[in-house]
Amino acid sequence: MIRPELVCPAGTPASLRAAVDAGADAVYCGFQNATNARNFPGLNFTLPELEQGIAYAHARGAKALLAVNSFPPAGETALWKQAVDDGVRLGADALIVADIGVAQYAATRHPQQRLHLSVQAGAPSVEAIRYYTEEFGIKRVVLPRILTIPEIKALHAEIGCEIECFIFGNHGLMAEGRCSLTNYVTGLSTNMDGVCSPAADVAYIEDAQRNLTVKLGEFTMDCIACGGMAGYPTICKGRYLAPHRDDGYYAFEEPISLNLAELLPDLVKAGVTAFKIEGRQRSRAYVKAVVAAWRAAVDNIMEGREPRIADLLAFTEGHKQTQGAAASKRWR
Amino acid sequence: MATDLNASSIRPAAPGAADALARLALAPVPLFLMQPVLGRIVRRIARLRPEIFGRIGPHVRKSFQIDPVNMPFVLVLHPDPANPRLCAARRHAAPRPDARIAGNFLTLLAVADGRLDGDALFFTRELVVEGDTEAAVCLRHALDDLEGSIADDVADMFGPPGRAVLALLRRVGTPNEGR
Repeated sequence: MIRPELVCPAGTPASLRAAVDAGADAVYCGFQNATNARNFPGLNFTLPELEQGIAYAHARGAKALLAVNSFPPAGETALWKQAVDDGVRLGADALIVADIGVAQYAATRHPQQRLHLSVQAGAPSVEAIRYYTEEFGIKRVVLPRILTIPEIKALHAEIGCEIECFIFGNHGLMAEGRCSLTNYVTGLSTNMDGVCSPAADVAYIEDAQRNLTVKLGEFTMDCIACGGMAGYPTICKGRYLAPHRDDGYYAFEEPISLNLAELLPDLVKAGVTAFKIEGRQRSRAYVKAVVAAWRAAVDNIMEGREPRIADLLAFTEGHKQTQGAAASKRWR
Repeated sequence: MATDLNASSIRPAAPGAADALARLALAPVPLFLMQPVLGRIVRRIARLRPEIFGRIGPHVRKSFQIDPVNMPFVLVLHPDPANPRLCAARRHAAPRPDARIAGNFLTLLAVADGRLDGDALFFTRELVVEGDTEAAVCLRHALDDLEGSIADDVADMFGPPGRAVLALLRRVGTPNEGR
């Protein structure tokens, strides 16, 4: 059985160190600009921070992956090319790309650089993945969170590259790289500006009875009663009123987190090479606890034991977790 | 799924002895006695950890209200690198901030300490964010990126007694952490 790599989020240098210290095989991070799909204010790395972060990871036997996984607007490719060049120069072990132009630039300008295909590319089929592997030499695909384990196994048999899949964290079933809900409401693009539900447009309004109203721009996304669980302020997790409904309902998805702990052995058997933990926007406390828990779980299954894992429910969105499409496609 | 830990191990403890201790210790303190100490604290943090201002970014001129809801005062922070200020105010008399972050005293301490996850606390409504969400998020990330603990920095200012009080608050406040 091949030992799967545990790929962990690093939104800040402190989180990077926390992830490495907790047992990450690899960390993934991005620059403080629109070149990565977690371009949130106060997050991410400057050039010196990334250089130090990569050195920290390498000194401890971990890899550092750089996400350059958003899509450059027309005529504005310079920033993405610079990010690719900087990532190579600083010694990133792989660049995680989504846009075919960025992939082409990286593949031709830096042919020795290892490339991974971001989940943002939204490549769920043999044909799509082969296109990236054949054209750009992609070595690993991060699969969208819409595939069952038998489907992953079938892909593995035919695509000829490594498979990375999410095992914990945000459970977004909107087609990655294609969602324009934020763009519709705020004018900023998740895919090109790298920010879903920009915090500058988010408003939380709590009344005297502790009922919470969540707004993005002019749109009310949810009204949560006192004591009710909250989720991220994304449109796809909002609860809306509709003429045919008495109360607000989750029109797209519910606030819930992915947790595939019980399925780890099946994922390994299906050919998954790397397990990815979502959460670059989360704190170092999250990174430390979650990475340590999954480190233990992966080590357990490699030693033939049950994937015993700490209960991570307290870290989940809305205090709910799901196996999502990995178990079945009957989630809706 | 097998379970080694229960969820409470990564959540703040319910307000209890430490909460009562802190409230008892701080409630009778006139605010004017706290102000010079708070000023020293924020200037020390700014001197020791100037990188914090980079992540707060365009929001360094804004005002943040840190509201320990079970204490008889709020803290008002101006993270201006040229003139960082931190002062206490009575809740009813506090100036309207650009952003407000509220929660139980021990919860806020644990977040500042890097021991609890702000998002998880927000999900459970134990942490409240109001006003300028982006400014609050930047402050959160800036604090979270600091190596070690701001609480340790503050405790160090008061020598062994300060460190002893902090150790007590941590021990009583989060009894299951790390198990």
